[in-house]
Amino acid sequence: MSAHTPAHATEHSHPGAREYIQIAVVLTLITALEVFVYYIHALRPLLPPILLVLSATKFALVVMFYMHLKFDSRLFTAMFVFGLVTAGFTAIAFLALFGYVHVAGAA
Amino acid sequence: MQHVAAAPPAHVEEHQTNTGLNNRKVLMWAFLGSDCMFFGALIITFLVYRGKWQGHPTPQDVFDIPYTSVSAFALLMSSLAMVLALAAIQRGDIKRLKIWLLCTAGLGLVFVGGQIYEFTSFGAEGLNLSTNTGGTTFFVLTGFHGTHVSLGIAWLLSLFVMAAQGKLHKGRSLDVEIAGLYWHFVDIVWIIIFTAVYLIPV
Repeated sequence: MSAHTPAHATEHSHPGAREYIQIAVVLTLITALEVFVYYIHALRPLLPPILLVLSATKFALVVMFYMHLKFDSRLFTAMFVFGLVTAGFTAIAFLALFGYVHVAGAA
Repeated sequence: MQHVAAAPPAHVEEHQTNTGLNNRKVLMWAFLGSDCMFFGALIITFLVYRGKWQGHPTPQDVFDIPYTSVSAFALLMSSLAMVLALAAIQRGDIKRLKIWLLCTAGLGLVFVGGQIYEFTSFGAEGLNLSTNTGGTTFFVLTGFHGTHVSLGIAWLLSLFVMAAQGKLHKGRSLDVEIAGLYWHFVDIVWIIIFTAVYLIPV
């Protein structure tokens, strides 16, 4: 037996079919809530942060459980998060370029 | 005494690597990280032009939120089907694997079909790639996403064919897992697109 046994080769509890279905139910409910909130006009000023929180929750559930990132090697997390963070910085750069965000010291 | 080599567990790599991880899986995660940057750029391009669209119709004029909600739900459920397909092959249940692979591909086809109908109706209402910056950024973003989904469907169907030919078994669950990573990624991209493009008002 190889001494170089990957960490994830050891037994760890990870979701089964029941948990996956429960997560799917949660995802469905969050989606329904997003659409519901969209139609409540009184919440319009708060709509962006509410929707961002709900979609971020869905995003995290799929990434952590369906993509198994919570139970897998941290190298995968690092690689994925690196892409996300770079995309985030790109977004900030775009926002600054188009004048949505003012960067200190910029002309 | 004769030693009988036991088949390695599905998740133990056959070849030693520097990271101890399967190189194909590392490559897929690297690709997904890069695809985050790709879709991030497209999404932010759509967002920075919001409110500056000239001419009508704009994307907001033609969106049908209930309709798009249904297609978003279909794609979410396809992720469930995909993860159940992976669970099936990890326990050696090839019959269930084929069923769930077909379900995943079928729901993906529902989504893509819905997108095609939606784009066609937008075009009939006057919104196309060259109408205004809203049309351009919207169709480029969702078009690339739809292309990703279509390629994923082809991938899933090829896995189904392999399973039907008896070429997929418990020891090759990584093949399904890697396809699953790609499929879940296109789902989470749509989670962001649905919120940022369709739901958040201008």
